[in-house]
Amino acid sequence: MNTLTPNDYLLLLAVPLIPLLGYVVQIFFGRNLPRKGDWMLLGGMFIVMCITVYMFFVHAMGHVGPAPFWNESAMTADGPVFRWLYNTSDVPGDQNLIAGILYDGLAAAMLMVVGVVSFLVHLFSSGYMAGDRRYHIFFANISLFTFAMLGLILSDNILFLFVFWELMGFMSYLLIGHFAQDPDSPRIKHAAAACKKAFLTTRVGDTCLFFGMAMFYFLLPREYNDLLAQGAIEGERVISSFRFVDLWTMGGQIVEANNGEYPFWMSVAGLFTFGGTVGKSAQFPLHIWLPDAMEGPTPVSAMIHAATMVAAGVSLLGRMFPMMSPEVLQIVIAVGAFTALFAATIGCTVNDIKGVLAYSTISQLGFMVAAIGTGGLGIVAGLFHMVTHAFFKACLFLSAGSVIHGCHHEQDMQKMGGLRKKMPITFMCMLICTLAIAGMPLFAGYYSKDRIIASVIDSTLTQWRGANVFALVALPLAAMLTTFYMFRLIFLTFFGEPRDQHIHDHAHESPIPMTAALIGLAFLGMFGGHFWLAGDPLSNNGTWFTNLVQWQTMYVTSRGGSLDLTSMNMIAVTEHTAHTGHVWAVGVSLSVLALGFFAALWVYGLKKLDPARITSKLGLVYEAVRDKYYVDEAVNGSVIRGTMGLAKGQKWIDENIIDGTVLGVGRLGRGLGTLCAWIDKNIVDGAVNWVGNTTQALGSVARLLQTGRIQQYVSFAVGGALLLAAFHILT
Amino acid sequence: MGVEAYMGVAGVLFVLGVVCIISRRNILYVLMGIEMILNAANINFVAINRFGNGGLEGRMFAIFVIILAAAEAAIALAIVLNVFHLFQSIRPSDADMLRD
Amino acid sequence: MSILHQQRAFYGLLTLAILTSVGYGLVSHGAEGMAFGFFSSFTIAGSLMCIWERSVVRSAFSLMATFMGVAGLFLLLGSDFLAMAQILIYVGGILALILFGVMLTPPDLGERSLPRIGGTLVFVLGGASLVWKHVMDATESLAVLPVEELTPMTSQDQSVGLAFLHPEQYVVAFELAAFLLTVALVAAVYIARRRTADFEPEEAA
Repeated sequence: MNTLTPNDYLLLLAVPLIPLLGYVVQIFFGRNLPRKGDWMLLGGMFIVMCITVYMFFVHAMGHVGPAPFWNESAMTADGPVFRWLYNTSDVPGDQNLIAGILYDGLAAAMLMVVGVVSFLVHLFSSGYMAGDRRYHIFFANISLFTFAMLGLILSDNILFLFVFWELMGFMSYLLIGHFAQDPDSPRIKHAAAACKKAFLTTRVGDTCLFFGMAMFYFLLPREYNDLLAQGAIEGERVISSFRFVDLWTMGGQIVEANNGEYPFWMSVAGLFTFGGTVGKSAQFPLHIWLPDAMEGPTPVSAMIHAATMVAAGVSLLGRMFPMMSPEVLQIVIAVGAFTALFAATIGCTVNDIKGVLAYSTISQLGFMVAAIGTGGLGIVAGLFHMVTHAFFKACLFLSAGSVIHGCHHEQDMQKMGGLRKKMPITFMCMLICTLAIAGMPLFAGYYSKDRIIASVIDSTLTQWRGANVFALVALPLAAMLTTFYMFRLIFLTFFGEPRDQHIHDHAHESPIPMTAALIGLAFLGMFGGHFWLAGDPLSNNGTWFTNLVQWQTMYVTSRGGSLDLTSMNMIAVTEHTAHTGHVWAVGVSLSVLALGFFAALWVYGLKKLDPARITSKLGLVYEAVRDKYYVDEAVNGSVIRGTMGLAKGQKWIDENIIDGTVLGVGRLGRGLGTLCAWIDKNIVDGAVNWVGNTTQALGSVARLLQTGRIQQYVSFAVGGALLLAAFHILT
Repeated sequence: MGVEAYMGVAGVLFVLGVVCIISRRNILYVLMGIEMILNAANINFVAINRFGNGGLEGRMFAIFVIILAAAEAAIALAIVLNVFHLFQSIRPSDADMLRD
Repeated sequence: MSILHQQRAFYGLLTLAILTSVGYGLVSHGAEGMAFGFFSSFTIAGSLMCIWERSVVRSAFSLMATFMGVAGLFLLLGSDFLAMAQILIYVGGILALILFGVMLTPPDLGERSLPRIGGTLVFVLGGASLVWKHVMDATESLAVLPVEELTPMTSQDQSVGLAFLHPEQYVVAFELAAFLLTVALVAAVYIARRRTADFEPEEAA
């Protein structure tokens, strides 16, 4: 517990800040720097990689002692802490949002993975994207993206995780849509549509995550305080918090007070949180963005869709695992297994080289999610698979990028063939990583995939539940299909006669930066698994990775003591079942590997079977699979049309009713004005004019008296005088 | 005789003077009418003076009236001649340039 | 009615009126009354004739009768100087002026409208009678002495002359009147001057 020094924390703080700083400088000055500033960012990422690797080996691997590996900077003196609302840690009666760095086993492992992969992708990009018009912007974007991912890994509360989550979503929008900003690109419209789709689809997941987060924030303390008042829990009153530790402790004590039962709202909140994973990690039904995201440049695909962003969903699942009730976990397993199988079937029909890898990613993510759903050692298996998947998938993507680059941006596998001799390094790297993903023993992927299948068997043997059974059937099937389509890719691309002679003639090996990155990743893809294991390559328990990531160590509260989480959906795995499961798992893994390989060899390698005959035999089924089960069309027809219709309706309301009201008011004002003008002109002016006219009329009458005749004047004078006198006399 | 008789005469003479002014279509009748009116006033002055407390006031005033009547008659005639010259007519109703 | 008949009627009535008044005066107040009746009717008759006559010259001369009558009334009231002054100035001056005017203006014959005269007479007479009635009712305010206490009539010459020249009486008014007459004389001459435009072209030189 808390073995890191403040200097270590500063190093950890520097890890996300270096790419951020690089981004800021690159944005303002990148265009004017020599070589557009890529050396600056590459250097920064190299430093980040060194720091993460150093921290991992020195602290995480070097961790000794019985206490779990757990470091929170908010709980250490002098550790970097961000107090959002107040400067001191708390004000009585009010809550402060405190954020710090959390460096435990999971964080250490993921941090190293992201550091290494990100650096290698940067290196690859300096070769692949050379000559691009917005080269400096691209580098700035992937640096900021790396910053977001690193921040996400290191955050110790769910709010900051959400912040970085959102930032990653936005950066993926910019990166996928990189060619949408380039007017010369032929695929500008596709790129624009793809990045919009990616952002909006993950947005749906983000909203679910937000709901889940909010529910936990508000309802956990309320429930906890209620139970406290009832006397079911010992402790003090708590206030709302976002920090993982607080969530786990509160949740754990609530569940314990309920005798192992999760309150219903916690299931709902957990389901919402899982919704975030569904969006970000491309599970069914929110997987639709990932194949389209291949519109982005290949380094983007490698980094985002192999190593980092999709892994963020899995890491969220890992962090929030204790809050999920068994019902939610069943759903998790079901979704994960279904996604794995579903995507694997589609992957067999795709002709675009990057498309195959995209569906492969979806499928592997399904594996990881299902594994975590099974709980217990399954969490370890899932997270381990995430680590190894990052390496070999990144390598696969980069190799595909190398192939595309060599074939002058041709992506259709039907047009390739026989590239083995033209691009040997790429071929070797790709073959290594294909063996890894297929689960060949001694390669990295074998260990993680084997462990997943083992945990599924374990959980099924312990609890014969519906989702577990489904996963038991679906996952091996998906593994077999994985092997099949990956070797199909290899055979179509590198073996056989070239189907397009022109491309074959011009194909060439990629430049040094690209091949260097490929070799690095392939090496990790082959031996990445071994690293993590100390001891028997075929053994199960006792590896230090297991120890590192084991759930008990992950979920120990920092308040001292250990939290007894046995009541929290932790399946008690007995020795016997663990061994049986392991034996079965090995058997299943090897058999599906063999089946898939020979099937691919038969059809594509030796050309003993014509794929066209198979597809025609399958007929409609094949077409449904090829058309991705019409999920996109369904979404388009329902959600998109519905939203657009709603928008149109609102536009109609705005234009006719609101503007109509405004116009009506205006017209009313005008009408009133006209009325007032009429009144003014006719009545008011009329009165005035009437006075004048009357005066004039009277004057015209009075004028008649003035005749100019003096005799009449005299008679008037005399008459007037007489009248006056009469008046005077008679009154 | 009493002052009433003299005043009655004066009154009638005054009325006839007004009638003379108003009712004849000749400027000279206007002059004649004015003289009649003045004479009526004079009769009043002298009669009341005689039947009053004595003294000279009434009779002195009457003398001044006569003097002024003479002066006024001279000017009036000059004006009449000018008017006649201007309008070429002796009818007062023809000199209506001051009409509106 | 023809003009001749009108005239006869008028003059007949006039004569009748004069005689009636003379007789009545004689009967009621003796010689003084007769004299009064004569002079007053003379005055009234003169003015009536002035209005009535169609010829301007005859109107002018009947005006002379009016002035004479007034002079006579002055005499009856004991102002001999005033009576003489009346005749001198009025008849000798003003009447002459009027006759000059008659001479200098073209004649107009028969320019009278009887209804007009009649109407005006009725109207003004009615009004004046009202006034007279009031005045008669108010003659108590006039400091009028009863007949018995009247001062005897004496010649007026000396008193008037003295009054004109007495420094505490009317000398200022007298001098001013003289001045006024001078001014009037000059003014009349000026107003009635012959203008250059009046002359014929050959008389302009």
